[in-house]
Amino acid sequence: MSEPPGAAVSLAEAPPVDTPSKSFASQRVQPLPRPGRWITTAVVLVVVAQIVHGLATNPFYQWDRFRYWFLRPAILDGLGVTLEVTALSAVLGLLGGILLALGRLSGSPVLRAVSWTYTWLFRSVPLIVLLIFLYNFSALYKTLSLGIPFGPAFVTFDESRLATDMTVAVIGLSLNEAAYAAEVVRGGILSVDQGQHEAAAALGLPKGYQFTRIVFPQALRSITPNYVNQLIGLIKSTSLVFYVSLLDLFGSVQSMGSTYPGDIVPLLLVATVWYLILTSLVSVVQFYVERYFARGATRSLPPTPLQKARAALTDLRARLRREAAV
Amino acid sequence: MTTTRPPETIPAALEIHDVHKWYGAHRVLDGIDLTVRPGEVTVVIGPSGSGKSTLLRVVNHLEKPEIGHVSVGGELIGVKRGSGGRLRELSERTILAQRSRIGFVFQNFNLFPHLTVLDNVAAAPVATGRLTKPEAQELARELLTRVGLGDRTGAYPRQLSGGQQQRVAIARALALRPGIILFDEPTSALDPELVGEVLSVIKDLATSGTTLVIVTHEIGFAREVADRIVFIDGGRIVEQGPPAQVLDKPRHERTRDFLSKVL
Repeated sequence: MSEPPGAAVSLAEAPPVDTPSKSFASQRVQPLPRPGRWITTAVVLVVVAQIVHGLATNPFYQWDRFRYWFLRPAILDGLGVTLEVTALSAVLGLLGGILLALGRLSGSPVLRAVSWTYTWLFRSVPLIVLLIFLYNFSALYKTLSLGIPFGPAFVTFDESRLATDMTVAVIGLSLNEAAYAAEVVRGGILSVDQGQHEAAAALGLPKGYQFTRIVFPQALRSITPNYVNQLIGLIKSTSLVFYVSLLDLFGSVQSMGSTYPGDIVPLLLVATVWYLILTSLVSVVQFYVERYFARGATRSLPPTPLQKARAALTDLRARLRREAAV
Repeated sequence: MTTTRPPETIPAALEIHDVHKWYGAHRVLDGIDLTVRPGEVTVVIGPSGSGKSTLLRVVNHLEKPEIGHVSVGGELIGVKRGSGGRLRELSERTILAQRSRIGFVFQNFNLFPHLTVLDNVAAAPVATGRLTKPEAQELARELLTRVGLGDRTGAYPRQLSGGQQQRVAIARALALRPGIILFDEPTSALDPELVGEVLSVIKDLATSGTTLVIVTHEIGFAREVADRIVFIDGGRIVEQGPPAQVLDKPRHERTRDFLSKVL
């Protein structure tokens, strides 16, 4: 074999202008100066500083009263009620949503129609209307009984004893939540590739196994962000249970506010900060749940904040060492 | 009827009897009759849209035939004979049990992306109640080694190349110890340099005496492994026979025309 033609030859024959000089090649590219970016950064920082300064120094916010109220038992009791109502409605709503989604996707036209009607009805009725309606439910039906439909009853409950304020709140929120969750779950199931259903069917996997082990775990990847969105909405919707005389976080703040009218602003701040904390906690959980369901969907898992911080630190150290060397 | 058959006769591995399938006005299968003997390797070729894939999907009842019936190992698939010889639909549970005895390998692999390679192969024998989990994992390791992937058991499907994924899919089908395996264009979604590794696994199966029905566009491969080539066009079998006859001396104009385009 003789010298291979091509690169070597053409490089040697190239005009000198196109040949990168040695000193040129080893140099790093100077970043383009962006004065506009510096100006906008400065403006935004000044505005943010002003807002923070105002928040901290304006006597209107009464931060000392905020500190006084933040961990008061009355407020923490309310927080407990909010957490209980949210947790119960989130779980019951999701379970109801899964059943409704399965109904919507089933082969039976009756189940499809019932699921569709349920979603249509409960998405149309405002939550507050639903809650107050349920609150007055015991006036409509004095007793509830379990038995043969239109036949004799086996067990009969007295509605006024069964329907505590908590029960009414949880039922109302769950009914409403299930209607939205149904669509979230249905969207998740539809997002799973048809090939997965076919492969599961072709292997002869039992029907229940196909759903719980093959289709649903994959659907959860797209259900999670949407359902967390719902969940955050739900945390805030729980403030409506105040209208069925249940003292949740907002309810306690409201009742304390009417007893101590001077403290209404710090009390509202207390509620705001607690809602912020709850939402942040949910977002952290969301990150790890999503990461868990990303197994197999991406070639490598997204890094956790801790891993990101570690990588950034290593990066920074390497850069400093390089700069020091130059 | 079943009683008229002498008991000593070995039933055909696959028997397709006068199968018709249509979507609306479009006839996909227009009266297919085909018998495959145990251990036989049948390769189905034909232009796209000729009904090859539908035919395979009718065999394991992913598609229901409008007319006609299919039996595998002498057992009717998806239906049973009721009183007066009428065909009745079987329960979903029974159909799923029947499918678990028929291997199916898809063009797009359709591995379960959220399960490791090992779990992809071990899932079905456990879910169908045939093996315990440790037994199934042992079998899965054995099968993955057989298809040359014994070292990738912990990987997720998307971390593998297309050829590797298809080999996992073949191991997954084998894990149910099926009497017959159907391949639906197993190499059509692969880069050319990955086709060979999948075909060599299928070739191993062919020589080991497993009954195979393969839909493919790889004519060279068909010539090498097929006991019989079936040429389909317009939902009908145009001609069939040993490779030397169908591929080299086709009797029909349409077969000649098709082969001149793909060879």
